[in-house]
Amino acid sequence: MERHFDEELKELNKEILRMSLLTQEAIYKSIESLKNRDRVIATEVIASDKKVDELELVIDERCIDLIARYQPMATDLRFIATAMKINAELERIADLAVDISQRVLELVDKPLLKPLIDIPKLSAVAQGMVRDAIDALVRKDVELAKNVVLSDPDADKLRNSVQEELINDYMARDAKTADRAVPLLLIARHLERICDHATNIAEDVIYMVEAKVVKHHPEEL
Amino acid sequence: MSKIITENLNLWYGNFHALKDINARFQERRITAIIGPSGCGKSTLLRVFNRMNDLIEGVRTTGKVLIDATDILANNIDLVALRRKVGMVFQRPNPFPLSIYENIVFGERIHGGKSSRSKLDEIVETSLKRVFLWEELKDKLHKSALNLSLEQKQRLCIARLIAVKSNILLMDEPCSSLDPQATSRVEELMRELKNNYTIIIVTHNMQQAARVSDDTGFMLLGELVEFGRSEDIFTAPKDKRTEDYITGRYG
Repeated sequence: MERHFDEELKELNKEILRMSLLTQEAIYKSIESLKNRDRVIATEVIASDKKVDELELVIDERCIDLIARYQPMATDLRFIATAMKINAELERIADLAVDISQRVLELVDKPLLKPLIDIPKLSAVAQGMVRDAIDALVRKDVELAKNVVLSDPDADKLRNSVQEELINDYMARDAKTADRAVPLLLIARHLERICDHATNIAEDVIYMVEAKVVKHHPEEL
Repeated sequence: MSKIITENLNLWYGNFHALKDINARFQERRITAIIGPSGCGKSTLLRVFNRMNDLIEGVRTTGKVLIDATDILANNIDLVALRRKVGMVFQRPNPFPLSIYENIVFGERIHGGKSSRSKLDEIVETSLKRVFLWEELKDKLHKSALNLSLEQKQRLCIARLIAVKSNILLMDEPCSSLDPQATSRVEELMRELKNNYTIIIVTHNMQQAARVSDDTGFMLLGELVEFGRSEDIFTAPKDKRTEDYITGRYG
């Protein structure tokens, strides 16, 4: 039996997907602006964050409204609770894309410190994890969500590798490189944080589908 | 600790199989909600616990119902003692057409024989305090109970059970005739009472079951489909039929 409530839940689902698209676009563009040292794209990412912030509020309001009016239970409750959490994760990811773009603006007029090797790899991991986490959400695919959670250590390793190289090979040897090295260090940190948020989304998807809490319980995977 | 245990409990009204192989454990000093669509057998199950179904012609029951380890379906059970121990609160509060005072001491007068005035006074005060009616009614004890509000009447009916030292309270839709504020106050009372009583409530109101109960059983077509902690039943039921019912997809 189709319920009116199902229509409302479909609308919420659409808004979450719209939020996901905006967020993925923000990451993609921030990484492009880094690769191409493109001030225009970086500025666009910063400007478009307003849309993400607005949509975050719309989704939050819809979730609260659905809880108040329908007092959902079981899968409905888990879906709405998860939507609220994923909404916040997506907004944070978009903020990190803005942070990356701001670092790009700091770097764009300065000569490149070194050819970028691990940062593009870390970017690819971050984009892939966010894409897979959102796919897992759309398809309610627990296996894909688990893969996202399991790939988080790869991101940590790449971040550490970037950090060690920039500190040991550049900043420790020549302090003057700091103004170009620090933004790169921060970018690696922002990308790694994006991976953490993608992991949180994947954990939320597992809870939504299977009612199983894997957050802080990796043994449950 | 289990206060009530049902083992392979079956009940027929004539040829109609109303309860099918019910196996459950109702925990002491907890509130257990029984939910399910109309006609699923939840009120029948409740009435088994104080043998109220015996009053209906053509009822046949098999299996065991252990209350404090005694099988209450046995032939030699003292039904008066059982119904004193296992009290029932109904959908519509049903005070006797007597004073508030006489309603409370009615059971004591029947079961306890001749009690002193001071003992009866004490029973009235203690029982009304337990249901948070004492302050409201202490100066009107000899007025008719029929003039009370619905909520006060329902509390009075609970006080009447407390007076005869029931320790299991069966509640069949106890708030269905009350407004939301009165419902909320009766729910608070249930939470207070569970420190000393085992409470089983049958309700159509899913939100009420979720709010007030520690454990929940879902019944469908005479079967106990799922039984467990309320937090699990209402967030992650294991059986698809439970899921469909509590999310409103049933039917």
